[in-house]
Amino acid sequence: MEMALNLDAAFSALADPTRRAILARLATGEATVMELAEPFEMTQPAISQHLKVLEGAGLVTHRVDGTRRPRRLAKPALEAMDQWLAMLRKALEMNYDRLDAVLAGMEHPKGRGGRKR
Amino acid sequence: MSKLTLRTEGDTHIVVTRRFAAPPEAVYRAHTEPELLQKWLLGPEGWTMPVCINEAKPGGKIRYEWRNGKGEGFYITGEYIELAPFSRIVHVERMHLPDPTPDNHVETRFDADGTGTLMTMRMTLPDPQTRAAMLATGMERGMEASYVRLEGMI
Repeated sequence: MEMALNLDAAFSALADPTRRAILARLATGEATVMELAEPFEMTQPAISQHLKVLEGAGLVTHRVDGTRRPRRLAKPALEAMDQWLAMLRKALEMNYDRLDAVLAGMEHPKGRGGRKR
Repeated sequence: MSKLTLRTEGDTHIVVTRRFAAPPEAVYRAHTEPELLQKWLLGPEGWTMPVCINEAKPGGKIRYEWRNGKGEGFYITGEYIELAPFSRIVHVERMHLPDPTPDNHVETRFDADGTGTLMTMRMTLPDPQTRAAMLATGMERGMEASYVRLEGMI
């Protein structure tokens, strides 16, 4: 792996909504600049600029296929994203585990719980 | 307790379900009463919600502010559209980072399930790009924004 994930650069790269959306798109498979530009209603140079930032952060890489240079998520980015998702899922589960405890501490009206609205 | 489920639906929806051991009335109240919300809607360890405004009536305002005690924080604002105690809540919300994200339209249902409750939260984003951005974004908090990204991408 010639390009390691640069965490500082990765976080600042992720601070931009367009770049996050590009990563989301690449999470579904590789795409060329032209394909990436389409849904964002942005010019190809603008997308290229975002891709440069993402490649610099080690989040995105590309291969050469004739005149095409399809972009894809770099492996460190995928691993980082997996960790990130696991963390988020955990945070969410923590919320609901806490809610379970809150509910257990509330008094529930017994026997008339079936009332609808 | 049964697990969270999280899935994308169509181009713009995200659906989250979770079962609770308490009846719908209690789960509904825990989603609308500030003193209850502040006990659980906190996200990762170390975060608190010092501001919790929740006017649970049609047109009522929502404002939640989170802090991590290290100088970082963010907030969401929203408005209630419809409430049917204790079975259904419809509201819109947006996150401020500090620029507002596009509106997330959320319908939350609380259905009796044996002696407990099945909660179903269905989020509708304005377009597929916004949903994709939400799915990719790691907003550092526990609720809607973080429900999100997951299963559609894994």
